[in-house]
Amino acid sequence: MRIGLAKHAAGWIGAGWSALAWAAPAVEQAQKQALNVHAIVMFFVFVMATLGITYWAAKRTKTASDYYAAGGGITGFQNGLAIAGDYMSAATLLGLTSLVYSKGYDGFIYCICFYVGWPFIMFLMAERLRNLGKFTFADITSYRLDQTQVRTMAAVGSLTVVVFYLIAQMVGAGQLIKLLFGLEYWMAVVIVGVLMVIYVTFGGMIATTWVQIIKAVLLLSGGTLVMLLAWSQFGFSFETLATKAVAVHKDGIKIMAPGTLLADPVTAVSLSLGLMFGTAGLPHILMRFFTVPNAVEARKSVLVAQGCVGFFFCVVSLMGLAAIVIVGQDPQYFEGGNIAGKMLGGGNMPAMHLAHAVGGNLLLGFLAAVAFATILAVVSGLALAGASAISHDIYANVIKKGKAAEVDEVKMSKLSSLALGVLAVLLGILFEKQNIAFLVGLTFGIAASCNFPVLILSMYWKGLTTRGAVWGGIAGLVSAVLIVVFSKAVWVTVLGNPAPLFPYEQPAIFSMPLAFFVAWLVSIMDHSARAANEKLAFEDQYVRAQTGFGAAGAASH
Amino acid sequence: MSSAVYRKIRNNPRFADLVGRRSRYAWTLSAIVMVIYFSFIMVVGFNPKLLATPLGEGVTTSWAIPVGVTIVVLFWLLTGLYVRRANADFDAISAEIVKEALK
Repeated sequence: MRIGLAKHAAGWIGAGWSALAWAAPAVEQAQKQALNVHAIVMFFVFVMATLGITYWAAKRTKTASDYYAAGGGITGFQNGLAIAGDYMSAATLLGLTSLVYSKGYDGFIYCICFYVGWPFIMFLMAERLRNLGKFTFADITSYRLDQTQVRTMAAVGSLTVVVFYLIAQMVGAGQLIKLLFGLEYWMAVVIVGVLMVIYVTFGGMIATTWVQIIKAVLLLSGGTLVMLLAWSQFGFSFETLATKAVAVHKDGIKIMAPGTLLADPVTAVSLSLGLMFGTAGLPHILMRFFTVPNAVEARKSVLVAQGCVGFFFCVVSLMGLAAIVIVGQDPQYFEGGNIAGKMLGGGNMPAMHLAHAVGGNLLLGFLAAVAFATILAVVSGLALAGASAISHDIYANVIKKGKAAEVDEVKMSKLSSLALGVLAVLLGILFEKQNIAFLVGLTFGIAASCNFPVLILSMYWKGLTTRGAVWGGIAGLVSAVLIVVFSKAVWVTVLGNPAPLFPYEQPAIFSMPLAFFVAWLVSIMDHSARAANEKLAFEDQYVRAQTGFGAAGAASH
Repeated sequence: MSSAVYRKIRNNPRFADLVGRRSRYAWTLSAIVMVIYFSFIMVVGFNPKLLATPLGEGVTTSWAIPVGVTIVVLFWLLTGLYVRRANADFDAISAEIVKEALK
């Protein structure tokens, strides 16, 4: 039994990881485990604490700025933890540990592929995002372009990403919780949905940020604790651990060097390109840049986030290596006690079994609760980003032409988050038995091909016009969707056709350049008067992007 | 009117200087990250044996381990380098330019 793909989809980091796993057979359903009392008690404590924070946040949430951007009052350090919280998912903990467990060093190479996007987000995007944005990334793309068309385009891009990603998270959550907590699938999905709506509706960005921060701290400390306890069995010597792991692993010394996983550099490069630009196009990650008061804090937050993520990748890699020796040799973690056979709970369980092996039921329960909290935090960030796209972009700026009362806009956002919550629960239940691995790839493909090119061009290229932005975005969106539909993951696995129409699974490498090309071509062919004005308006935008003068400031509390 | 301020800032030669220096710095750092990362991926793809070399006689740990960890740490330090320079030098100059324009 394995929960395979569904769980990889449990987090955004599952993007590349599921690209790898797409080669594997369809999702097998997770088996319900015995009720895990420790895990449930600890998760209950987490929920109580976060609901308390939501109550506190609700009292502090008065204006639209409080609701969408925590009043710009989050510090760089806090926001860094929150970004790390958005980034590190249950799949990071479980999927990457199991990858190192089964493939050794290849798992660590994967971590490096995920990691390399961070310096670029810092060097090329962080300060411009902060200086130009207010509540959503559409504020940036529509800064000097047509509010109605470009905002609608950005909102459609955001909502598509949010909905697909929510489905993936919901299904992943249901499977994971069924396995770790022994709850029914539907119950797990409903719990996640209800809590998500409560956090977002009442607490807005302040509550969502603190849920992320707590989750990031729990995940980092939980992972580190398990890693240290495991490593202590080897006297904290990497060499001792490595020697023992090599001695018992079926691949022997090969686990100490690059293997077959990323033997094809084209795959490795396209994977990291997709991940890099996909991250930079995810609405809930972009939104985090507007919660800090200025560019100084925005930069600090990327540094903190990157530090946490890098550290955590090293921790999970060590956990995977230790699991080879500690879990891999212990019959109690295998079906029928046969260590050559299937692992109990499926291939993604080494991290959980390792926690049990070094810290008993208590530590296992803690790590399971952390995994649940992790999912909850990620869906909350998504729901808030989706609700903001509906209320701030579509309602306030497209329908009301920027004349909506702040109170109505926030009310609309709360209604939207409720609607998104209901939709996510329904779709989560509907998709329970579906193979949803393609959804994560699709999410990233759309983020990298629809949102990212328009965003980066609007910040860097004077010549971008409304027509160019809209057609470029549409080209990216449509081509990303088509490529995924025609690839093996949907065409063969879901639709049951014998052979894929398109040989590659990662759309970004094709659809992203296409979006850039179309945006460029349509823009240079656009000789309208509006286009001329838009190009002129770039000058002011450029000064603001560079100096932060006129940027949306921190609200006073 | 902020548009007038923007024009003043734009016409300040120090603004062009700041923007030039900052983007050169950002692109140089990006290029360094790019070169290190793609060299690593190329070695992984074309000559993995290089990384498989043990650290010493009778040692299990291969060069792959310290190389990987160094990349993670180094990328973080490069990000930190940019943050330090931007938060100290660049932002101070930027604030002065804005102040001059507001006079």
